[in-house]
Amino acid sequence: MSKEWPLWEVFIRGQHGLNHRHVGSLHAPDAEIALLNARDVYTRRNEGVSIWVVKSSDITASAPSDKGPLFDPSNAKVYRHPTFFEVPEEVGHM
Amino acid sequence: MNEVVELALRMGDNCLILGHRVSEWCGHGPVIEEDIAMANVALDLIGQAQMWLALAGELEGQGRDADALAYRRDAFDFRNLLLVERPIDDFGVTLMRQFLFDAWHKLMLEHLVRSSDARVAEIAAKAVKEVTYHLERSGDLVERLGDGTAESRARMQAALDALWPYVGEMFASDAIDHTLAAHAVAPAPETLRHEWDTLTGSALRAATLDIPDSDFAHLGGRAGRHTEHLGYILADMQFLQRAYPDAQW
Amino acid sequence: MYAQMVQAEGMKAPEEMDERERAFQARIDAGEKIEPKEWMPEGYRKTLIRQISQHAHSEIVGQLPEGNWITRAPTLERKQILLAKVQDEAGHGLYLYCAAETLGVSRDELNAQLLSGKAKYSSIFNYPTLNWADIGAVGWLVDGAAIMNQVALQRTSYGPYARAMVRICKEESFHQRQGYTIMMKMAFGTPAQKRMAQDALNRFWYPSLMMFGPSDKDSVHSAQSMAWKIKINTNDELRQKFVDQTVPQAKYLGLTIPDADLAWNEEKGGYDFSEPDWSEFYAVLKGNGPCNAERMAARQKAWDDGAWYRDGLMANAEKRAERRFAAMPIAAE
Repeated sequence: MSKEWPLWEVFIRGQHGLNHRHVGSLHAPDAEIALLNARDVYTRRNEGVSIWVVKSSDITASAPSDKGPLFDPSNAKVYRHPTFFEVPEEVGHM
Repeated sequence: MNEVVELALRMGDNCLILGHRVSEWCGHGPVIEEDIAMANVALDLIGQAQMWLALAGELEGQGRDADALAYRRDAFDFRNLLLVERPIDDFGVTLMRQFLFDAWHKLMLEHLVRSSDARVAEIAAKAVKEVTYHLERSGDLVERLGDGTAESRARMQAALDALWPYVGEMFASDAIDHTLAAHAVAPAPETLRHEWDTLTGSALRAATLDIPDSDFAHLGGRAGRHTEHLGYILADMQFLQRAYPDAQW
Repeated sequence: MYAQMVQAEGMKAPEEMDERERAFQARIDAGEKIEPKEWMPEGYRKTLIRQISQHAHSEIVGQLPEGNWITRAPTLERKQILLAKVQDEAGHGLYLYCAAETLGVSRDELNAQLLSGKAKYSSIFNYPTLNWADIGAVGWLVDGAAIMNQVALQRTSYGPYARAMVRICKEESFHQRQGYTIMMKMAFGTPAQKRMAQDALNRFWYPSLMMFGPSDKDSVHSAQSMAWKIKINTNDELRQKFVDQTVPQAKYLGLTIPDADLAWNEEKGGYDFSEPDWSEFYAVLKGNGPCNAERMAARQKAWDDGAWYRDGLMANAEKRAERRFAAMPIAAE
């Protein structure tokens, strides 16, 4: 029985200066071909200036059940958000 | 200069006929990713054909546009290499043909970018970027499939052996080529051979494939003498334009 | 609609649900997205796999009827547009398979289900493309029908499916328009072209209506799928919307929709129209459409003929990885 090509996650930098963003996945026998395939599959409409590929099985993800403990605490840190600080209107845009 | 028309037809017909062949794979490729990649190659080639044939029509001055040249000429007026009209066969033959042609195509375009004819140089500058990528892909795949399983190696070797007699035509220069070279419009194809051998040789060796020990070459395509295959390509491609000559599409 | 008659699993009334199931349903009701690896009822997972893969299979098989005209497209520009469109369909199949894979099934397994006949694909792709206007009709009617469903599915509850749909809808936006512009050229062209256009509409009208699946009264699985938000509208709602949208478009083309009973109904604010022949629909789903055998044979051949290529590249990748490993100083010690 043949072995299936592994799955890769594709990240593309859409424009200079932006972060790479996850755009989807594809199959490829190794990283080099995954890059070529990503170019053909995910930049058919001029979408990118740089591509990353990562083997899906190499990604370590937070467990869904950790969602509370991992992310709720930062919700409490309201001072990280600019709207927390009130500036008088006459100061102008800040 | 009539020779520039001929050059544009030769370049354009190669792109048109190979683009047609590659497009036959659409929906039938060995894996979805490859299907998509091959369609990109076909799209690039048909786009290039459009540019070359438009130039040929304009220089010829008989009011024919790219479509008229693609859809209303018969086989003996086509100027493509015999290599590109070979049937797609298995995917190994398709890829090997692509590789052998891409290597020639890239070298040719790199020279044409510096053509003394600005219109030729402009098309070449656009095409060379696409073709550089075609060669990167086809070269990589040939290398990998040669050095893959016993079966993939056997298929790539069989493909190379079957296509080898069609390699020589890419480097056979005629009087038109020599005139074009004398005016620095285009290189004489024979001058590309050495570089082509070096370029393809390293990939074929990495692919563990044996380069056939023969310099026999089928000739004729560039003078309008084709294989039987071209007639069927045209029957297919030109059907609507021929059957409904007064229609707009 | 590319997923017809998806059988939903594990329909439960709220009082039969356990606490986890109730919490899951509450998240969906609140409009939250479900993401891979989060807990989900087995029925939700299985139904989704069935629906997404059916959708993916439809995209892949759907390449064939249009691909049938790539080599015969009448101008270089039409050839490029058609090639790009069929290529997009391969891409959409790929995105959808990837979405299904996040639910713990491999693409090869899904493909095996398609080839064995266990998995279905949309009935529409078992009809032939017989003249060039069919390429227009497929874009106008088939993509037009599909997009109604796909636009709604951008809001589906499963994150990867919704995101695939967003990408697909963005890319599909040109498909229906290119179909309609072909129809315009044909309908406003020579008498021979107009004849092709009418012939295409005659053959594709009822199969397009069938794309939405059987009537709501016969669609037993809709309720659960709608509760899970993997189905957004009912079959009849979408079919009505499609007819109402398409009739004026046909009129503009000067073409006749092959339904003598088609009439505007002021009271409901929509058209009354004839139902398709549902016995034909079920026959096509069972494998007895005009092209079922050819479509499956083409996919089987692509798969079989491609085996050496896929295996060859895999073997090469393994060799390269071994060589890299052997070249690492620590491995040499």
